[in-house]
Amino acid sequence: MVLEIQKPRPIWQIMFSTHHTDVGLLYLITSLAALFMGGALALAIRLELFLPGSQIIADSMTFNRMFTVHGTTLIFLFILPFASAIGNYLIPIMVRYKDMAYPKLNAIAFWMIPPGFALVWLGFADFTWNAYAPYSVISAPGPAADMWIFGLKILGVSSILGAINFIVTILKCKHPDLPLSKIPLLAWAYLTSSLIMIVAMPTFAAALLMLLTDRLGVSGFFNPARGGDPIAYQHLFWFTFHPEVYVLVIPAIGFMYEIIPRFSRKPIFSHGSGVAAFILLSIVSFASWAHHMYATGMSFTEKTVFMVGTLAAVPASAMHVFNFLATMWGGRIRFATPMMWSVGGIALFFSAGAGGVVNTAMPLDFITHDSYWVVGHFHLFVMGTIAFGSFGFLYYIFPYVTGRMYNEKWGNVHFITSFIGAVMVFFTQHVLGLYGMPRRIFDYPPFPEWVAMNQFASIGAMLLGIGAAIFLVNMIYSAAKGKEANMDDPWGIGGKYYYPYQQKNPHH
Amino acid sequence: MSGHSTWPEWVYIGVVVALLVWVGAESWNVERLVDHVPADAEVIKVTGQQWFWTFEHPDGTKEIGELHLQKGKPYKFEITSKDVIHSFNIPDYVVLQDAVPGRINTVWFVPKDTGEFPIQCREYCGLIHYNMRGTLYVEDTA
Repeated sequence: MVLEIQKPRPIWQIMFSTHHTDVGLLYLITSLAALFMGGALALAIRLELFLPGSQIIADSMTFNRMFTVHGTTLIFLFILPFASAIGNYLIPIMVRYKDMAYPKLNAIAFWMIPPGFALVWLGFADFTWNAYAPYSVISAPGPAADMWIFGLKILGVSSILGAINFIVTILKCKHPDLPLSKIPLLAWAYLTSSLIMIVAMPTFAAALLMLLTDRLGVSGFFNPARGGDPIAYQHLFWFTFHPEVYVLVIPAIGFMYEIIPRFSRKPIFSHGSGVAAFILLSIVSFASWAHHMYATGMSFTEKTVFMVGTLAAVPASAMHVFNFLATMWGGRIRFATPMMWSVGGIALFFSAGAGGVVNTAMPLDFITHDSYWVVGHFHLFVMGTIAFGSFGFLYYIFPYVTGRMYNEKWGNVHFITSFIGAVMVFFTQHVLGLYGMPRRIFDYPPFPEWVAMNQFASIGAMLLGIGAAIFLVNMIYSAAKGKEANMDDPWGIGGKYYYPYQQKNPHH
Repeated sequence: MSGHSTWPEWVYIGVVVALLVWVGAESWNVERLVDHVPADAEVIKVTGQQWFWTFEHPDGTKEIGELHLQKGKPYKFEITSKDVIHSFNIPDYVVLQDAVPGRINTVWFVPKDTGEFPIQCREYCGLIHYNMRGTLYVEDTA
């Protein structure tokens, strides 16, 4: 077990442990496995789109299944478990408690992930990660679709259990001397994102059951042939998954709040503004779900309401960006790998947010909707912001987990290739969308602009793939053979490493 | 708080909010005009099904995968679907509206240039979604 170098233990002791860092380690390994599996699908998709016509994927059904599982994997099996991993490692320590509030529930929440993972991958459904009705009811082939529904059901319950655990740990188990206003912003991030999760997720859980009974033919909630309304499914879906966007992004913002002050050698510009922005985001995230649905035939009034609700989320995100920049301003910045990822992530976060304003402006949405613009837009969030923040934090927490240091030079190379790659893929996809290319297509007509931009994007994707390969080797090699980290101050930035390994909570 | 002033943050938030209000107001204004269908628009019934488009002109003639329209005339599309959700799209004219079974959605436009323009499906609808394409032919009024 390379990640437990310091005191090797048999693997089953980690697997059947309820200790927060052990569960955290399980989450971490699972999420990284999902990252590489989902990423491999993305590379295959980009290779296929390098030229018009069939390249490496035999038929459109395989392609459709691949992008469906790509999205499902990276959202539910990489981003969410990765956030849970970091939360498990640090939240109990940040609120000064011996473990998560419910250690057994914590282990149960983790162990629901492997069956969900298996159902999604063995089924390999084709109806996109949205599973829009009535396609998912009357047209999507089973048993893949049913396995996806059951898998998501399990993963959804797992997320709810994890969220309950974080909320109780932070609110009820924090040290009595520690007022809520003083807990670190990373803990605030977990508190707000868990609250959003708990309010949003049950709606999708209900929608999944309705979808399942519809597929079984015993109900017709979303099936127009039986008097149902397919648009109702979209409302239920986005009522969960627009807020979910913030569930995904808020922990990544929290990661940056840990890294940026530390590597700028300055305290955070405003703790209060960070807390306020998190709370604002968690409220307004519920006011914007139907901006995904302008083209379903919504009335002018509905569109206006959801445009205003969406625009209302922008100032809160802008407050975070300001906070980061003001913290860096005048700081003696050390551009170690975690800091590079954070700063790159902020730049792409800002770009993604600016693109989002275009999407929600009603007339412009009809240019961008369901085109490659949207693909580029949300990938700037999920890859550019969330994965960048997560990579940065993984490098940051690496000495804490392994007691060793990663290779700094290759960490920098990983960042530089990924940053260039991300800009090449996702900015190009924005432009490709303006040229009218729809998303989720296996093949496209050989319009010269489409071909050129697809090739440029695919080359960028290969850079991301090269970066990921470097990352994998760096992690494995450094975990086993890396230099011993100076646990007081691994980056030589002065001050103590925030959470020294020695402070680890005892096993129980 | 480390004693620094907070006014730059308030100014910054003010600028962001002002920009958003401008974007919102301008969108509201444009969309209000776009949603207003001209009274003399000719109705074209559009039906999506896996995986082709059918167009019906007011005189009852039907076209499959091809749509012939005349330059400079306003047209109103009444869009529906026979099976799953599709999305009727002429990217060059920013015509985009979902084809939802059991509903009729409308969108209108005026073709300004003669020529051939691609028609496509923008909502995932299964196996041949990628090739659910058609062509719009805009012809000069003789």
